Amino acid sequence: MKVSLEWLRELVDIDQSAVELAETLTRGGIEVEDVEDLNKGFEKVVIGEILSLTKHPDADRLLVCAVSVGHEEVTIVTGAQNLLTGDRIPVALIGANLPNGLSIKKSKLRGVVSLGMLCSREELLLDDTVGLDRSSDGILILPSTAPIGESFGHYLGLDNSVLDLELYPNRPDCLAMVNVAREVASLTQKKPHLPKWADQSQVLSLPVATDLRIIIEDQDLCWRYAGLMVEDVHIGPSPEWMQRRLKAAGVRPINNIVDITNYVMMEMGQPLHAFDREKIKGNVHVRVAQPEEKIVTLDNVERTLNPHTLIIADDTQPLAVAGVMGGLDSEVTETTKSLMIESAHFSPVSVRRTSRRLGLRSEASNRFEKGIDVSGSVAALGRVCDLLQDLGAGRPVAFVDEVKHIPPRRQVALSTERTSTVLGIELAVSEIHQVLEDLNFEYQENDGLFRVEIPTYRSDIEIEEDLMEEVARLIGYDRIPTTLPQGDQTQGRRTPEQEFRRRMRKVLAQSGLDEVLTYTFTRAEADAQWGSAKHSIPLLNPLREELGVMRTSLIPGLLDVAARNVARRNTDVSIFEIGNTYWGDEQPLKKLPKEELRVAAVAVGKSDRHWFNQSSSYDFYYLKGIMEAVAHEFGLKLEYRLAENQSLLHPGRSADIYLQNECVGFLGEIHPSLEKEWGLERAVLFELEMEPLFKKTRQTVRAHSIPRFPAIQRDLAVVVGVETSAEAVMSKIRKLGGNLLQHVEIFDVYTGKPIAEGHKSLAFTLRYQSLERTLTDEEVSLLNSRILEGIQQDFGAERRK
Amino acid sequence: MFFLCWQLIAIWILERVIYLKSEILRIKEEALKNLRELESPEALQELKVKILGKKGSLTAMLRQMGGLSPEERPIMGQVVNEVRTRLEQAWEERSAELEAMALQMRLATERIDITLPGTRISRGHIHPLTQVIEEIEDIFLGMGFQIAEGPEIESDYYNFEALNLPKEHPAREMQDSFYITEEILLRTQTSPVQVRTMEKLHPQLPVKIIAPGKVYRNDDDATHSPMFHQVEGLVVDQGIRMSDLKGILLNFSREMFGESREIRLRPSFFPFTEPSAEVDVSCMLCGGAGCRLCKGTGWIEILGSGMVHPKVLEMGGYNPQVVTGFAFGMGVERIAILKYGIEDMRLLFDNDLRFLQQF
Repeated sequence: MKVSLEWLRELVDIDQSAVELAETLTRGGIEVEDVEDLNKGFEKVVIGEILSLTKHPDADRLLVCAVSVGHEEVTIVTGAQNLLTGDRIPVALIGANLPNGLSIKKSKLRGVVSLGMLCSREELLLDDTVGLDRSSDGILILPSTAPIGESFGHYLGLDNSVLDLELYPNRPDCLAMVNVAREVASLTQKKPHLPKWADQSQVLSLPVATDLRIIIEDQDLCWRYAGLMVEDVHIGPSPEWMQRRLKAAGVRPINNIVDITNYVMMEMGQPLHAFDREKIKGNVHVRVAQPEEKIVTLDNVERTLNPHTLIIADDTQPLAVAGVMGGLDSEVTETTKSLMIESAHFSPVSVRRTSRRLGLRSEASNRFEKGIDVSGSVAALGRVCDLLQDLGAGRPVAFVDEVKHIPPRRQVALSTERTSTVLGIELAVSEIHQVLEDLNFEYQENDGLFRVEIPTYRSDIEIEEDLMEEVARLIGYDRIPTTLPQGDQTQGRRTPEQEFRRRMRKVLAQSGLDEVLTYTFTRAEADAQWGSAKHSIPLLNPLREELGVMRTSLIPGLLDVAARNVARRNTDVSIFEIGNTYWGDEQPLKKLPKEELRVAAVAVGKSDRHWFNQSSSYDFYYLKGIMEAVAHEFGLKLEYRLAENQSLLHPGRSADIYLQNECVGFLGEIHPSLEKEWGLERAVLFELEMEPLFKKTRQTVRAHSIPRFPAIQRDLAVVVGVETSAEAVMSKIRKLGGNLLQHVEIFDVYTGKPIAEGHKSLAFTLRYQSLERTLTDEEVSLLNSRILEGIQQDFGAERRK
Repeated sequence: MFFLCWQLIAIWILERVIYLKSEILRIKEEALKNLRELESPEALQELKVKILGKKGSLTAMLRQMGGLSPEERPIMGQVVNEVRTRLEQAWEERSAELEAMALQMRLATERIDITLPGTRISRGHIHPLTQVIEEIEDIFLGMGFQIAEGPEIESDYYNFEALNLPKEHPAREMQDSFYITEEILLRTQTSPVQVRTMEKLHPQLPVKIIAPGKVYRNDDDATHSPMFHQVEGLVVDQGIRMSDLKGILLNFSREMFGESREIRLRPSFFPFTEPSAEVDVSCMLCGGAGCRLCKGTGWIEILGSGMVHPKVLEMGGYNPQVVTGFAFGMGVERIAILKYGIEDMRLLFDNDLRFLQQF
C-alpha cells in the first residue's frame, strides 16, 4: 500500500518527518518497506522567467538568457531554440542534482559565465502532461500562471513522500487511507480528522431505487451489494489534486468518474465499480456464471467463465466479473449519462480463485481477497456522493442496498491481570484505558476487566490475545522486560540417535571427507538409476523439471557435486552427505512416506599432494578404510560381500556391505560404462542406511586388560590363487590360531615376478600372546606350522620363501 | 726347621702376592690405556665385560686369591676393589665423554629446512550450515531445551491447519509450497513440529524444545533457496510470559553473536502466535551505530516469534486457560550469512570445495 504523506496529512496531524513516521509505524507493527521522496532531484529547481534573450557573442547556436528566479536575476547560457522572452521555465540552480543524474555546476561557455541550467522534460523525467506544447523540442515551458521563484517540486505537487507499507495478512484494514490515519493517530496520540462517512454512522439521504432490483443468488459468495444511481453525469478529467494523489498512490487517473471510484477505494478501502446505467437491462443479478458463458472484459479480451466464477449480470448477459474486472460493454465512456456505482462485498476465496484463474490482479481484487469491511459499503457510496457533488461530475438520485449477511460486532474481554501476566509487564488499569482511548475503541471497564467493542474495520481482533498485542504495541514492545521461565529446570541433551548422527559426521570429516548439502529433490532419471523409481515421490509443482522427484538415493546429488567441482578444476574431491531419502509406497500418496536417513560418500582424484609423502589416487580401499573407521567408532562388525548390483558398480571393484547378515549399503568404484555420463573417472562411492548402524551400535566400551605376558610375533607369507580372498585366508588363520593368536594383520600383497602367473603373495603378521603365562618359542612354532598346514590344505597355498 | 719352612712358605707367598699385585696393576694400566683409545660405546662395553665381567681378567685375579692366607686376602681384596673402583670410574668418564661427542656429532650433522610445510593430516570440513545448526543446538541444550524432530514431507494439517492456518487463509500465500498431493506437501516451516511435539508430550510440562531441519518453498533467487533450514523453538508451561521469550532470545543472541548484543522486539504477524514479534539483534558489525550490513539502522532482523496462539495450544492438547507458551523460528542460512559474512546465499548449496574448505 502506497501512502502519500500529503494525503495522509489531510486525515491526521503529523509532526514527524516521513522517515520518522516510517520508523513509528514499523515499531508499531505496520512495516514501512520504503520511503520515497517524490521531490528527489527537484531540490534546487525553481520556476524562472526569461527577462531577455541575446545571442552569445562567440557562438551562433547559443543564447545568453537573463532569468528572474524571484529574489534575484541570473545569467544562463542555453542552446535551446524554443524560448521567448517572458516564458516561465524550470531553472536548475548551482548545486542541483537532476532526476536524470545531471549535476549543475557553475560553468563558462565560450567566455560567458552560466549560473544554472534551463531544463527540458527529459532532464526532469517528466511526461508531456506538464507544460505547453512548445516544450517538446527544447526547454519545458510552463503556463504563464506558474509563480516565479517557487520551488518547481512544490509547483508540481511533488514536495511529498510516499510510504510503501508492507502489510501482514491480518491488517487488510490498512489498505484504506482512513485506517492508516487511525493507526498513525493511535501510535502518535493524535486525533484523526476523517471524512464524516468514515465512522459509518451516517445514512444516505436518498430514495431507494425503484427501477432496478439487486438479486443476490449466492449469498455465500456475496454478503452485500449496494448500488448508487447517478444522473446528469459529466465525464471529464478529475481535478489536479485528485490526480496527484492517485498518482502518488500508484493509480493512473482516467476520468472524473473512474477517478472518484478509485479515490474512494484508496481512501475508504471499499472497491467500487461504475456501470453505465443505460447498459443494464432489467435487474442486477449476482450469480455464478453458467458453463462456457463469455464476457469481454475492460481490457478487450473475451473470457470464458465457469460455474466457479461469480459475476454481475443483468437480465440478459454478464456485466462484470465480480470483484475482478468490469465488462467492456457496460464501461463508462465519454457519452455516459447515468451510472450505477457498485459497492459490494464478495467472498475473498472466490475473488482470489477467479483473479488467479484469469491472471487479473488489481487494487480492487487485492482488497476483496484480503477481506473488506462489509459494514462500510453504503458509507463508501456516501463518500462518492460528496465527491460527485464537489466535482460536479453527476447527481446522485437513488440507491439500493441488498444485505444478506453482516457479521455481528464483536465484543472481546480483556483482563488487566492476565495481560500483565502474559506480557510479563506490570500494567496499571489506567494504562489499558489509555491504550483503548488511543485506539479509539469503545469499551467498559469493571475492576480491571474490560469489555471492548471491536470496530468493524479491525477484523483481525477476535480474542483476548489479539487485544494484548494491541496493548503491547501501543505501550511499546520495549516495555517488555527480559526474564527467564520460572518453571521446573530441565536437562537439555541430544537423544542417542541425534548423538550418533553427530558422531558419524565427525568421524567422516576427521577421515578427510568434506560435508556437502544437496537439494533433496533431484532428476527423475538420475534417481531411478541409483535409487528406486518405484518408490520415488514426484512433486506436483517442481521448481524445474530437473528437481522433480524426492530422492531415494544420495548418490546422484553427490556425483553432481563431484562433477561440478571437477569441471571447475577442483580435481580432488572426497565428500559425504548425511540426509534423508524419501520412500513412497503408493501413487498417489495417501499417507506420509517413510523418510530414511542415509550417509553416502564420493571420492575422485588424488589425496593431498605433499613434498614428503606421495599422493595416492582415491580408490576402493580409501573409502573402505573410512568405513572401517566408522565401524571402529561405533563397534560395528561390517562384512563385505561381492556386490549384487553390477550394472552401477565395477563388478571387480565393489562390495555390498552387511551388518549381521542384513545388507545395509554398498561400496565400490563407479561402473566404467557410467563414467562418461557423470563426467567422472574412477569415482568411488558408498551409501549406507543410518538406522541399522545406529541400532547395532555398541552402547558402551568394555575395556580389556593389557596382557602382562610378552607377545611373540611371527610373519607368514603364502602364495595363493588371485581369486582367493584375503579375508578367507585371515579367518582360517584366526580359526586355527585359537585363543593364543591375539592379532592377525595383513601387511603385504604382491603379484608379479617371481610369483607365478595367476597367483598372489599374502604376507601376514601373527601375534601370539597368553593372558596367563609366557609362551615358549616351541609352542608358537608348532601353532604357526599348524596354521600354515591348514592354509595349504584349504587354499592350496604355498609358503613363500 | 719349622722356622725355615715357614720362612720359605712366607717367601713363596710373598712372591705370589707381589706377582698378583703386579698383574692387577698391569690389567689396570692396560685397561686405562685401552679406554682412552676406544671410540664407541659398544667397544667400551665389550672391554668392560672382558675385564670386569664374570669371565673377565680382573675377576680371574680374584679367583686366584684362594691360595692366599687369611691375613693376606683382605689386603689383596682391597687392592682389587680399588682397581675395580678406579676402572669403573674411568669407564663412566669415558662413556660420558663418548656420549657427549656423539651428541655433538649428531647435532652437527642433523639439519632440516624448517620452512618446508608440515605433513598434513588431511581432515574434512563440516558444512557451515551444519556447524551453525550444531552451535544453535548447543546453546539451547545449555538452556535446558531438548531437540525434537518431524518429517520433511508433511500433511497439510500439521503444516497449516494445526497452526491456525485453515484452508484459504490469506496468510498461506506468504508461503509458496511444493505439493505432492493436495493434502501432502514439503513442509514450508519447522513449525509443524510444535504441534507434533505437544501431541506427543501432553499433558507433560514443561515442553521445552527446539526443532532444526530442512524446509521448502517454491522460490529460487539470490536471496531465496527452494530448500533451506530453520530452527523452531517452543516452550509451554504454566505462567510462561512474553518477557521469558525476550530473556531466552537475548541469551541466545549473546551466545551466538557476542556478549554485547542487545535485542529488540517489533510487532509482527504469524497465524500461530499472538502477540507476535519480529526480533532484531544489534548489528554485529557496527555494534548499532549503523553500517552497510544493517543498512544504517543498527539492527538486524534475525527471527520471528510470539506467544503460542491459544488455538495452537488447544490443537496440541493443552488448555490455553491453564498454560501459555512462546515459540520462535529462525532461518539458519541467514544466521550463517551474518556469522561468516557470506556474500551470496547460493554458495551454501553450490558445494564448491573452495568455499566449503574455509570452514
